[in-house]
Amino acid sequence: MSAIFRSLDEALAGIGDGAMLVVPPEYGGVAMEATRALIRRGLRDLHLVTLPASSLQADLLIGAGAVATIETSAVSLGEFGPAPRFAAAVTSGKIRIKDATCPAIHAALQAAEKGVPFMPLRGLVGSDLVARRPDWRVIDNPFAARDPIVLLPAIRPDVALFHAPMADRNGNVWIGRRRELATMAHAAAKTVVTVERIHDGDLLATEASAAGVLPALYVEAVAAAPRGAWPLPLAGEYPRDEAHCAEYARLAATEEGFRRYLDRYVYARAAA
Amino acid sequence: MPAPRPDGACRDEELLAAVILRLIAGLRHVAVGAQSPIPATAALLARHLGKGQPFVSLLSSARHNFFTDGGRELFDCAGQGRVDAFFLSGGQIDGAANINLVAIGDYAAPQVRFPGSFGSAYLYYVVPRVILFRLEHSRRTLVNKVDFISAPGTSPPGVYRPGGPVALVTNRCVFAFDRQRGRFRLESLHPGHTLEEVLDHTGFDFDRPERVPQTPSPSPEHLDLMRGVVAPLLAEVYPQFAATVFGFTRQEQS
Repeated sequence: MSAIFRSLDEALAGIGDGAMLVVPPEYGGVAMEATRALIRRGLRDLHLVTLPASSLQADLLIGAGAVATIETSAVSLGEFGPAPRFAAAVTSGKIRIKDATCPAIHAALQAAEKGVPFMPLRGLVGSDLVARRPDWRVIDNPFAARDPIVLLPAIRPDVALFHAPMADRNGNVWIGRRRELATMAHAAAKTVVTVERIHDGDLLATEASAAGVLPALYVEAVAAAPRGAWPLPLAGEYPRDEAHCAEYARLAATEEGFRRYLDRYVYARAAA
Repeated sequence: MPAPRPDGACRDEELLAAVILRLIAGLRHVAVGAQSPIPATAALLARHLGKGQPFVSLLSSARHNFFTDGGRELFDCAGQGRVDAFFLSGGQIDGAANINLVAIGDYAAPQVRFPGSFGSAYLYYVVPRVILFRLEHSRRTLVNKVDFISAPGTSPPGVYRPGGPVALVTNRCVFAFDRQRGRFRLESLHPGHTLEEVLDHTGFDFDRPERVPQTPSPSPEHLDLMRGVVAPLLAEVYPQFAATVFGFTRQEQS
């Protein structure tokens, strides 16, 4: 077994207080078991970047007090309603928010992926987002007359964290068509992955499997975490646990209810 | 299966899906983002009626989504001009079609915080037919001026803006948007709703014809297709919606 493989807690040791952490959207493979482990460990002061939006994961981390800054295009529980801990933390000023739009986060990570300092993006001109983002610039397109365009500085996260169906024993990770996971890994200094299972065999051996692989080159640590996206879905593996997500939305509506949720499902690991 | 309804009766969601079906007629590629179950209903019905056309991308779906290059592909595709229609809502929408998905009150210390702008601050500019929808038509949601502009309804000359809003569909009526004038025009009133009621519940000024037509109800054929063919497809992404509106509950999948 490659040295990349660790226990879950060991794999997460590289995510320290104050880290800039990038995570995928609900449908992209969210490392929820790892998220619960980070909260149990008492992680603080994260700069959380969501590529491009988040649901339960961001709400849970914010409610648990692990986040100082969030850069996101949206945090929502989807059909289960607004993300209550996120909304409470923003309205009370407990966290700093850098409001973005989906393609801006994709593009800023692509800039890091390419090793260039910024990326231009269409749209945005005249949006209040630009007014609230002093780190974004509107310039005149140097190749055309009178064509304002927004520049976004590269986002270079310390760590990318996600959950995937499998990795082989060399640490190559199967991501299928969730290519934003590759973008995250390319952009981040380190990538930590949890997987449903270990694949016996070389995922880079055939064209069919290699096309869906994030190579071990980018991967710092892999830990096995069966049903590691629960209660969120993992494409091709299992659907969202609707009843659990509804219970979360109900409990997290109040601070006191959220504490009960943490006790029951994070600290006690009762339902894992 | 849902219980049969009285002849001709349909839910608001079904009526609005039928409106959106007409607004996307003849297009090649319709994309549907997060939290847009009514547009998704219309798009999947259009695809069924068109025997596979238009292409429909449901972004949260694994089954009804042909993108293979990750989350950015939608935005790149739209930037190339290959997405013909998209759907946006807003915590607030104003009479100039500015949309607010961020907050009510002062941005730095908001009274209410919404989820965030999603892809609106880009897609509103580059997708030729953006259809706004809002199920709560009230002075709280349809305001004179939004507190925060996630994305503006129009842009001044010189700003790259091939796209923008074409209509606003609510639970009471349909507005068309005139990009030259930067204003909405009342297009039709849904059955059972009146002009006085729309005036009472709309916080912005809008144009209107002398006689406002009624929004056509969905045909029985379209209603049957929504309930029988589209609802099971929707349940993958919008299980709550499929259950509440169409009474469809999916089987546990592996």
